[in-house]
Amino acid sequence: MKVTSNQYPQESARVLREEPHVRESVTGATLNFDGKRRQAYAEVDSEAWRHWAEGVKNHVLMHLDQYLVQAETSLQRNGVQVHWAEDGDEARRTVAEIARVGRVKKVVKAKTMVSEELGINPMLEGMGIEALETDLGEYIIQLLNQPPSHIVGPAIHLNLEQIRKLFHQRFQTPPEASPDHLAAVARKLLREGFLKADMGISGGNFVVAETGTLALIENEGNIRLSTSAPRIHVALVGIEKLLPRFSDLSVFLSLTARAATGQRLGTFVSLIQGPRRADEPDGPEEVHVVFVDNGRSSVLADHEAWETLRCVRCAACLNTCPVYRQTGGHAYGYVYSGPIGAILSPGLLGLEETKPLPYASSLCGACFQACPVRIPIPKLLLTWRHRAVEEGLTPRLEAAAIKGYALAMTQPWAYSLASKAVRMLPEKALDNTIVPVLKAWIEGRAGLKPSPKSFQQMWEAGEVG
Amino acid sequence: MKVSLFVTCVADQFFADAGVATVKLLRSLGCTVDFPAGQTCCGQPAYNAGYWAEARPVAEHTLSVFEQAQYVVLPSGSCTTMVRAFYPELYRDNPKMFARAEALSHKTYELAEFIVKVLGVTRLGQGLAGKRIAYHHGCHVLRELGIKQEPLMLLHGAGAEIVDWAAAEECCGFGGLFSVKLPEVALSMADRKLSTLPPASQIDFLTSADGGCMLHLGGRVKNRKLNLPIKPLASVLWEATQ
Repeated sequence: MKVTSNQYPQESARVLREEPHVRESVTGATLNFDGKRRQAYAEVDSEAWRHWAEGVKNHVLMHLDQYLVQAETSLQRNGVQVHWAEDGDEARRTVAEIARVGRVKKVVKAKTMVSEELGINPMLEGMGIEALETDLGEYIIQLLNQPPSHIVGPAIHLNLEQIRKLFHQRFQTPPEASPDHLAAVARKLLREGFLKADMGISGGNFVVAETGTLALIENEGNIRLSTSAPRIHVALVGIEKLLPRFSDLSVFLSLTARAATGQRLGTFVSLIQGPRRADEPDGPEEVHVVFVDNGRSSVLADHEAWETLRCVRCAACLNTCPVYRQTGGHAYGYVYSGPIGAILSPGLLGLEETKPLPYASSLCGACFQACPVRIPIPKLLLTWRHRAVEEGLTPRLEAAAIKGYALAMTQPWAYSLASKAVRMLPEKALDNTIVPVLKAWIEGRAGLKPSPKSFQQMWEAGEVG
Repeated sequence: MKVSLFVTCVADQFFADAGVATVKLLRSLGCTVDFPAGQTCCGQPAYNAGYWAEARPVAEHTLSVFEQAQYVVLPSGSCTTMVRAFYPELYRDNPKMFARAEALSHKTYELAEFIVKVLGVTRLGQGLAGKRIAYHHGCHVLRELGIKQEPLMLLHGAGAEIVDWAAAEECCGFGGLFSVKLPEVALSMADRKLSTLPPASQIDFLTSADGGCMLHLGGRVKNRKLNLPIKPLASVLWEATQ
C-alpha cells in the first residue's frame, strides 16, 4: 500500500474542511463502539484480564523464535502448508505461486489488514485473478476503490446516504433503500462469489502454537465461507499473532470481542484445524498459512517499541481516540491508523515516511485505558517523538524555538524579563498572525490575554494576601 | 503544614488570580505557604514535543528550586503530572538524577488532591451553594495520576451541582504544542467537547484544574461567541470557602 503519512497535517485539515460528514460518521460509530466496549469491560474483571493478556503476549514475544517453530510443526501435523515471508515481496510471491499452482481464477477475501498491508489485491488483479472482498464494509470500499479507514469497520467513514447512492448507481437499488435491503443485495452478490471462488484469503486473529489452530473472529459469516467453500484457503498471519496454548483462547477470544465491539464473543468464531479430512464432507483441499514478518522482527528487536507487537487489532484505541474521531483513518496515510497506527507505522516503515504520526495525538491517554493488552501507547508516542527530534526530523524553526524556551526557563532573570516585556507590549500584540505559533492559535481561538500582572509580580509586590 | 507553591508558567502568566486564590485557600486551611524564588516552567512543552535534551535542564532547574520543600502544590493538573510522572521518566538512565526526581515526585500534589488527600479536608464551606458547574477533567491528571473524585468532592461539598456532561472526561484538544501543530483537529475536538454540554442556561460556569485546557476552550468559546464563563478551579475552591 502506498504510504502518504507525511501528509497527515494537511490531510487531516482537508478532511475536516471538505468532508465534514466523515467526522460525523466516524464520531457516531466510534462513540457507539467505545460505549459498548466500556460496558463489556465492566461485566468482567477487565483489569485482571488485561494484565493476564499482556503477560501471555509478552511471554510469546520473548520466546517468539521457539513458538514460531512449534506453530509450524503443529500446523504441518494438521496438514497445513506453512510458508515464511520476510517482506511484502516474498509474501506476494508466495500467494501468487499458490494461486498459479492451484490454477486459481477467482478469489474471495475475508477481511484482513495484512492483505491491505501487503497489497494482495492489486497483485492478484495483475495476474488476471478476480479478488472479491466479502466483508460488507470491505466490499463497499472495494467498490469505491478506497483503502479501509478503520481496522474493524473499514467503511466507518461513510454514511448511509453515500452507500445508498453507490448501490443505486451500481445495482439500481431504490434511492431510499433500507440498510437491510442494501445488505440483502450485497449478500446475494457475495454468495455467488463464494460458490465460484477457487481460493479464499483470510488473515488470522490467533495461531495456537500448541495445537496449530488458526482462530478467526467475525460477525458476518463471510470469513467462515471464505475459508471453507473454496478449494484453497490461504491465511496471511503476522508473526506476532501466536498464542502458546489452546486454553489461552478462552480469554483472548472474549477479550478481543469485548475490546473491539463490546460483544462477549464474536458472532462467528472459526477454529481451523487443517484441510478437509477423508471422512469430512466439506472444507478446503489445501490450507496454507503464510507467516509474514514485513518489519515486525525489527520492531521486536527494538528495546522500546517491541510492546507494540502485543496488538490484537481490535481497534479499541481508535474508537476511544478523540483525535481519530475527527478525521477517521485515511488521513493517517497507511493501513493502520489511529493511536496504534501512530506507533506501529513508524516501527514497520521507519520514521522518515511517517514522522507526523507520533504527533497525531494530544497524549490524552484514553488509548492505553482501552487497550486489551495494555500497550503503553502514550509513552511510545513520546518515544517516537523523541526519536524524531534526535534524528533531526522536526522543523528547524520548532527546534530553535524549543532551545530558546529551554534557555529562558533555566534563567529566572530571563523568565522575569520576558514576563515583564510581554506586559509592555501594545494591546493585541499577541493577536498577530506574523509569528507562526500565534497565527495557528488565533485562527479559531480568541487571542491570548495575559493577566494584568503576573503572579510573581504580585507576590514580589506583596499583593498576595 | 509547610507548602511551597509551584504556580506554573501558565497560571503565572494567564491566571495570576488562581495563584492568589491558591495561596489564600491553603492559608485558610492552616498551611504556611511560600513561593520559592526562581521558579519558571516545568518543562512539559519540550518533553511532550520530544525534546528531552531540552526538557532535562528545565526539569533540573525546577528540581533545585523545590528540593528543600516539604510539600509542593500546583494549581495545575498537567504540570503536576509532568513533575510527578515524567521527571523520573526523563532520568531513567541516570540513577542520581532519578533519585532526586523520585524524591520531588513523592511530595508533589495537584491542589484539590492535596486538600483532600494530605489535609484530609472535603468540606471547604458552602460558598458554591446552588451553582451549576461543568467540570472539565484534564487528561493527564485524570488518566496518568488517577485524580478524579477529589475536585468533584470539594465542589460538591461546597453545595455545587456538577452538571451531567457526557464528554467531561474527553480531551478538549489542547495537548500543548498539539493545539498549534494540528490546529484544525484541535479546534474540532474543542467543538465536539463543547457541543455535548447541556444548554448554557443550565450552567453557571465551567471549571478545570488545567490552565492550558482553559486557554484553548476559553479561546474557542470567545471565538464562537458562546455564553460559557470559565473559571480556574483554584479560584472556584477559594470561592467555596467564602
